[in-house]
Amino acid sequence: MVRPMVDAPTTGSDEGTADAFLQGDRSLRHAPGPYFGSYGGRWMPESLIAALDELEDTFEKAKADPDFVAQIKDLNKNYSGRPSLLTEAKRFAEHAGGVRVFLKREDLNHTGSHKINNVLGQALLAKRMGKTRVIAETGAGQHGVASATAAALLGLECVVYMGAEDCRRQALNVARMELLGATVIPVTSGSQTLKDAINEALRDWVANVDHTHYLLGTAAGAHPFPAMVRYFHEVIGEEARAQILEQAGRLPDAVCACIGGGSNAIGIFHGFLDDPSVRIYGFEAGGDGVDTGRHAATITLGKPGVLHGARSYLMQDDDGQTIESHSISAGLDYPGVGPEHAYLADIGRVSYEPITDAEAMDAFRVLCRTEGIIPAIESAHALAGAIKVGQRLAAEAAAEGQAADSKIVIVNLSGRGDKDVATAAEWFDLLDKDSVEAEIGKEGEQL
Amino acid sequence: MTGVQDITSTSKSAAAIDKARAEGRAALIGYLPAGYPSVEETIAAGIALAENGADLIEIGIPYSDPVMDGQVIQAATTEALAKGFHVREVFDVVRGITSKTDAAVLVMTYWNPVVRMGVDEFSRRLAEAGGAGLITPDLIPDEASEWMAASDKYGLDRVFLVAPSSSPERMKRTVDASRGFVYAVSIMGVTGARSSVSDAAEGVVAAAHAAGAERVCVGLGVSNAGQVREIAAYADGVIVGTALVAAIRDGGVDAVAALTKDLSTGLTREEA
Repeated sequence: MVRPMVDAPTTGSDEGTADAFLQGDRSLRHAPGPYFGSYGGRWMPESLIAALDELEDTFEKAKADPDFVAQIKDLNKNYSGRPSLLTEAKRFAEHAGGVRVFLKREDLNHTGSHKINNVLGQALLAKRMGKTRVIAETGAGQHGVASATAAALLGLECVVYMGAEDCRRQALNVARMELLGATVIPVTSGSQTLKDAINEALRDWVANVDHTHYLLGTAAGAHPFPAMVRYFHEVIGEEARAQILEQAGRLPDAVCACIGGGSNAIGIFHGFLDDPSVRIYGFEAGGDGVDTGRHAATITLGKPGVLHGARSYLMQDDDGQTIESHSISAGLDYPGVGPEHAYLADIGRVSYEPITDAEAMDAFRVLCRTEGIIPAIESAHALAGAIKVGQRLAAEAAAEGQAADSKIVIVNLSGRGDKDVATAAEWFDLLDKDSVEAEIGKEGEQL
Repeated sequence: MTGVQDITSTSKSAAAIDKARAEGRAALIGYLPAGYPSVEETIAAGIALAENGADLIEIGIPYSDPVMDGQVIQAATTEALAKGFHVREVFDVVRGITSKTDAAVLVMTYWNPVVRMGVDEFSRRLAEAGGAGLITPDLIPDEASEWMAASDKYGLDRVFLVAPSSSPERMKRTVDASRGFVYAVSIMGVTGARSSVSDAAEGVVAAAHAAGAERVCVGLGVSNAGQVREIAAYADGVIVGTALVAAIRDGGVDAVAALTKDLSTGLTREEA
């Protein structure tokens, strides 16, 4: 497929504003790519363009094929366990100004996070393209485990690239992937982090593209990945919107999600983008604090650039070299962000704010103690953000002479925290100093 | 079209390749990463390349995320960055070589460092340093409108890549967008010496020529005079990278000179 030549974006802001959208001029849903305003595109080696074209073509045909749509629906229901619940968190809500808080329970999906939605979809596309092998990158291992799961289910060979440090730190997740039949390759190049795992996966893909699909784990990368990954996660927002209408009788005042690359967030946001009364918040990893330089707050502090195939916000130095990100949460520890988020930030439809490690871990503990749910540390960033948003909404309610519980917040609980127990136990000083877990946790904290 | 013709006739890369062609041989293009092991040594090695048979020189900008590079070049560029290499120093390298030799000097760079400096500003400074143009491994013509404008404005060559996987439509578009020469990727993979050059290379060159390219040079996996000879039989130029980087790593500027001299023995077409 040949795409029309499109004028490359120049730096600076974008055409169009949320005002236009709020006046009902256009829908923000189902944005097809390759561009989201001036972001997105295909900043990729020519060698991979044919594969991207093939993927785009296969994806577009699959979307229009009732058999494919039915297949996804069946797997979501009978394999992943969808729809995921929408749980009201009444005791947690007391910490969020007393507004009503609902949790979208992606943590209850098979493999423990939202990641399964995307991997099942892409693995099915890989089969449609006649590819026999999938490769994936992973940080903490969530996407790697999900990819290995989908590959096992559909009979595909699976190779996962993972930073060497992460492999050591997440030895149990490496074992999990290997139990599922995947091969895990430790990446020792560059900074040995998630971005280098993506680099190594891209190198593999260039060399093996005839029989290999790159199962990218987030809503970033070259077209069609951002729009395609969003498509497979849209179910989160569709369900949440229907569930809140049923349970509360109206739309929420705010929707909150955490943002690394941004796949869980774009999934839940999509359901509410065209609802002007719903404020939408994305919470980035603020690490030690955005003024310390040790963070992953890409939209808050990054500048537009190109990395891994897309133009988007990027943590980079004055030379355009990627800066290493830092976060207690491996899943948010990425110096880029999906291009649709960059666009939604520029037009003001979504507000992006940083949450520090300490704020996230406080919210982590609150959820454990008030609701009996151990969240992924990624999701704890969304919970910490929801506490702030809830308090603001409560103040607004008071000013309007309304009760705080007249306001409603939905939080995307994107994953469960089983993988994070060592890190959390170290953070809260629950471990014997000499234990193996303490060692692992300490390294986690040093991310 | 006349404007395009005018610029083509002043293309430094095209002139260097045409000069080799007039001598009955393919052009030799050597790659070195800037700042490895130091800016001074990159300049000295570049001069040694030119003095020992290279017609064109590619200076790579070390980058944090080099997805098209294999381990040897990754290790070199990572080291250059660790030693504090700055993108602006690439202009010192280009000027250092162009002021001492007649070789056409191109810069090979991943796109983000150019975006960060500003495409126009980067182009202006490259032209000022005497550079011939840019080779852009992760920029396709579809995304290149800013670069098309800047390269026209400053008279720089724009060398895009074509691959064994390029469709006929893409081949045509890329050839049309290129100036100076077209870079034919010999193999589906990243940079690195290989024991044999893929059969795919000849097909890619033929397709690029058929799409209208006047000059097509082959890179990826070429490391010795035998491979140079094989490629020189059908391509307008032969690009060597990893082997030269290994040479400067192991034997410094002298090793680069010796390898270049050896590689250049493969350039003459046997039937010529």
